[in-house]
Amino acid sequence: MGTNDMVEIRWHGRGGQGAKSACLLLADVAGLGGKFVQGFPEYGPERMGAPITAYNRISEKRCTIHSNIYHPDYVVVVDESLLDSIDVTGGLKEGGAIIINTPASPQEMRPRLRGWTGKVCTIDARRISEGILGKNLPNTPMLAAAVKVSGVLEAERFLVDIEESFKHKFADKPQVIEGNMTTLKKSMEEVQVG
Amino acid sequence: MNNCLSGNEAVAYAIKQINPDVMGAFPITPSTEIPQYVAQYVADGEVNTEYVTVESEHSSMSVCIAAQAAGARSVCATSSCGLALMYEVLYVAASCRLPITLACVNRALSGPININNDHSDSMGARDTGWIQIYAENNQEAYDNFLMAVPIGEAPSVRLPVMTCMDGFITSHAVENIELMETDVVRKFIREYNPENYLLKKENPLAVGPYDVSPYYMEHKVLEAEAMKAAKARILEVTAEFEKISGRHYGLFEEYRMEDAELALVLIGSSAGTAKAAVDKLREDGIKAGLVKIRVFRPFPSEELARALAGTKAVAVMDKSEGFSANGGPLFAETRSALYDLKERPYLIDIVFGLGGRDVNTEDIEKLFGRLANIAVTGEIGPVYTHMGQRSKEEKA
Repeated sequence: MGTNDMVEIRWHGRGGQGAKSACLLLADVAGLGGKFVQGFPEYGPERMGAPITAYNRISEKRCTIHSNIYHPDYVVVVDESLLDSIDVTGGLKEGGAIIINTPASPQEMRPRLRGWTGKVCTIDARRISEGILGKNLPNTPMLAAAVKVSGVLEAERFLVDIEESFKHKFADKPQVIEGNMTTLKKSMEEVQVG
Repeated sequence: MNNCLSGNEAVAYAIKQINPDVMGAFPITPSTEIPQYVAQYVADGEVNTEYVTVESEHSSMSVCIAAQAAGARSVCATSSCGLALMYEVLYVAASCRLPITLACVNRALSGPININNDHSDSMGARDTGWIQIYAENNQEAYDNFLMAVPIGEAPSVRLPVMTCMDGFITSHAVENIELMETDVVRKFIREYNPENYLLKKENPLAVGPYDVSPYYMEHKVLEAEAMKAAKARILEVTAEFEKISGRHYGLFEEYRMEDAELALVLIGSSAGTAKAAVDKLREDGIKAGLVKIRVFRPFPSEELARALAGTKAVAVMDKSEGFSANGGPLFAETRSALYDLKERPYLIDIVFGLGGRDVNTEDIEKLFGRLANIAVTGEIGPVYTHMGQRSKEEKA
């Protein structure tokens, strides 16, 4: 149960796609920006391709709750194929939104969301990352989309802070920073809200 | 320094700041990242620790025992079955009075095989003679590891210390943390100058030889006395730590206990979740509170009895089964602690969270509802139950 001044995000992905990394990166960047944060994964049997869940809490006060998130404000689906096997909108708050990695439009996705009537956002994370990074690394576009849609962090500040975080994270391969930054900016522009 | 780190990275960072002489290293989920980060520090030349990779946890602890016996400060990290495999040598470390520091990242024991959190690993080691200190979050995991060093190494104590944090829930969660400056840490932990050690040329000694019956019991009593003395030393160290960090710690933390009528006694990350539930109940005028046990060995018996003396009904929450057929280990300790009180609260035991079963604020609120009912009716019902346990018919 989150309080009103806390944003809670639930990530659905498959092992190896980077949903957990994106979740932890969001926590890191929001923390740099002065927020109190939690970013944590929920593991089942560890294997590539298995469904995984990860969670973020972002707030102005330190949150002591250490349970999973059952009523998120936002849901991020890194792998479209999970929609058939997992109730991704389960517990999603009415005023919230779901953000899905797919080339389809929000209108096309809505019938697959088990009666969800709230906001649906889509982004073609695969095309964007393959176009800029040369590889299917969907987590960076999804992170950008989550920040844009939720407004949990101010966009300009987010880009400054994440670049700082990348410089630390990719200290031994700085050549990847520029591509990741371009990916983030493009993704923030391209995410469709329906 | 404000930062965001996972519990594992926080403990690894504490190790970097301590710069121990030796680390015995063998990986096991979810503690693996600790030796992994330290290996990176060693490779980058940020510490001059002798990093000894071995083939099992029995060996990683044996490395620490040998090193500490030789007069070196040594550290280790493990989880679950790894701790179970160390079991034999944990006793050796404690009885040889070797103040090794071990990070235990709590995980369920096999079987069935499970990688997620509960406390059955460290609870199984509760009688090994190690001091045990448990953390609620990454900050406490970091702080406890730093405090463990001057606690264990004190001449009045000289016992190994196990600092515990919840696997994944704490070890893999990135949260805000305040780190201390390394020179402040070094001053706080001081140089390790043991009075006696294996390689001291003025007074060479044997460590761990056979002990005959006329002496064995005396040595065990000395060990038991050291564990009793540890309580005072822990409070000295926490007071010293507060001066440099501003963070206050005791043997346990009392949360909204001043006038509490209904209370929980529990350990670890779930205490944080329960605090949020207590806050909510307080808003509704219910006199709820909790005691979060930080130091389980030595067990703060008299202090806990005083903290619970004014309550009407108490639920002890055990995150390990114990298979005593009489409730979990925390329940046994708490019930024993309350025996000498003139007026005792009603007491029940709730085993919860086994193998990573989640507990949320609603679960805790429901439990307080049960306590309120017990306080009014005096009807305890079953003394020892399992939270969220499904019937045969219910599916997950």
